[in-house]
Amino acid sequence: MSLLEVSDLDVRFALRQGEVRALRNVSFSLDRGERLGIVGESGAGKSVAAFTLLNLIARPGFIAGGSIRFDGQELTGLSDRTLRKVRGNRISMIFQDPMMTLNPVLSIGEQMIECLRAHRRISRREARTIALHKLRQVQIPSPETRLDQYPHELSGGMRQRIIIAIALLLDPDIIIADEPTTALDVTIQAEIMALLLELCEKHNVGLILITHDLGVVSQVTQRMLVMYAGRVIEQGPTREIINDPQHPYTQGLMNALPQMATPGERLNQIPGSMPSLSNLPIGCAFHPRCGFANDANGQPRRACREVVPEFVNSGNCRVACHMVAAMLEEEQRLAKEQTS
Amino acid sequence: MTTQLSIPTRWARFRDSYLLYSFKRTWSAQLCLAIFLCLVLAAFMAPWLAPTNPYDLSQIDILDSELPPFWIEGAVERYTLGTDAQGRDLLSIILYGTRVSLVIGFGAVILQAILGVTFGLLAGYLGGRVDAILMRLADIQLSFSTLMVAIVVGAVVKATLGSSFYSQYAVLMLILIIGLAEWPQYARTVRASVLAEKSKEYVDAARVMGLGSRRIMFRHVLPNTLSPVFVISTVQIANAIISEAALSFLGLGMPETHPSLGSLIKSGFDYIQSGSWWITLIPGAVLVVLVLVINLLGDWLRDVMNPRLYKG
Repeated sequence: MSLLEVSDLDVRFALRQGEVRALRNVSFSLDRGERLGIVGESGAGKSVAAFTLLNLIARPGFIAGGSIRFDGQELTGLSDRTLRKVRGNRISMIFQDPMMTLNPVLSIGEQMIECLRAHRRISRREARTIALHKLRQVQIPSPETRLDQYPHELSGGMRQRIIIAIALLLDPDIIIADEPTTALDVTIQAEIMALLLELCEKHNVGLILITHDLGVVSQVTQRMLVMYAGRVIEQGPTREIINDPQHPYTQGLMNALPQMATPGERLNQIPGSMPSLSNLPIGCAFHPRCGFANDANGQPRRACREVVPEFVNSGNCRVACHMVAAMLEEEQRLAKEQTS
Repeated sequence: MTTQLSIPTRWARFRDSYLLYSFKRTWSAQLCLAIFLCLVLAAFMAPWLAPTNPYDLSQIDILDSELPPFWIEGAVERYTLGTDAQGRDLLSIILYGTRVSLVIGFGAVILQAILGVTFGLLAGYLGGRVDAILMRLADIQLSFSTLMVAIVVGAVVKATLGSSFYSQYAVLMLILIIGLAEWPQYARTVRASVLAEKSKEYVDAARVMGLGSRRIMFRHVLPNTLSPVFVISTVQIANAIISEAALSFLGLGMPETHPSLGSLIKSGFDYIQSGSWWITLIPGAVLVVLVLVINLLGDWLRDVMNPRLYKG
């Protein structure tokens, strides 16, 4: 059994204009030491998924259904007190903006010691030693001095290193990294990502990497999910999805990478924008932007506009798309005809 | 980066702070702080500085009453600032009175701050029902004026426990009354800045670390909301001193035997027509100077601590 198993997760926000479904039927699993990427446009529900794992979605959001099993324990419906033992301790999280994540009025050491002492019964001196050790692991220059410095005295890359050190403080089983490098300088992004990858491999820590950078996902993760409008639309081994994306949306994302464009031409893009979660199109949520929603003769395909696609298995991947399902059926039919 | 970085001490941080820099360049702030410290020191050193002890009845002679201050004819050298209607040395009694006023002012503000900051923090951080209840309480509290609360409480205490009990615990009663009447000022300010702080990522990060709400509230959010608290504290101290003076002037505050600046002004007010103006005017001037320097210091502090005015 996997370390983390999420099945049929359903998260809604009770807003004045009615319930908005931020996540629908999201299922995935993570083994010990495995690295999983979650990719999608802004508003696809990536961050909501991350917060939901720690049961930290704030009102008016709530978990309407599904289960999150971590190490055999069901996390949904647990009391805050019990959950606190998991948060930070066994599952920790790294946020997007290192400028905002550290408390400006507490020194680095204070914040690290506090986190340690919230979970373990140790003296301040012991906690300081552990904190120092972790700062060395993230290769911060002169770590002793850093402990007594305040966040504003450090650069962005340095702060993100400290945040990684804090995430590693209690030797967690899983780190959730929500766009950990988006706010950083391009040169530092690669450094931080390499550091995170190295530490996860060394300590056998699972990583859930949320990003919209397909390059990073392909380098770092073993499996990936592609999300669109609160739904997982494609999931499977990262290499297979990157090399041969099945879902038209994933293909669009790959095509939109700058290196896919012809030099001198405009960059490719997916036409239109993500629909509002409170007003999703009927059928496949992607159909208004999808090139396959009309058939070869320009006639609209009814299935795409009326039926929500189910997952089909394509190789090692699972894809939710009518077009892919139809193609697979066609292949199977041909294969049968050949054998008979 | 192999060079050893030096760890700035608390003192070094203060020495390099904008607060001190601005203080050094603002002469009005320096002057106000100097006057304020002089008044505070003089008030708390009253037992050693004052020529007589106005609380000691054996040192008072009614025949010395209403003597003028030294620059007016008929003054007695012993009484530099003259005497009041009961023959007490005005200088001594002003020193003692300032002490009473300051104790009440600071005490009331500390009580206000404890109540207001706690309630504001709870209301802002927990939100929802707690917020609604606490803030409506604050609205209700603000709709009663301090004077009305004081009159009602004073009347009830005097009626049930006797006026000698009231005068014995007058300082405590005034601290309680002014403290309870004004806490919503703090609660509103703190709530507003907690709401702004709550949405910042470091609060989420603290929750992700598995810290409890109480710890996040008091250790992470509270220190980030303190600068407006400091600023309103100065205004509130001045307000509390004035409230106390007003209550005493109306006869609801300190008794004549242990006068504050307010009750001194009141006791002299009856004699102002008969020519003994100094009994009212000198304590009045001290009160005005005290409140003025506190307010000016508060203005300066607000300019320094408000980031929007910081550069402009």
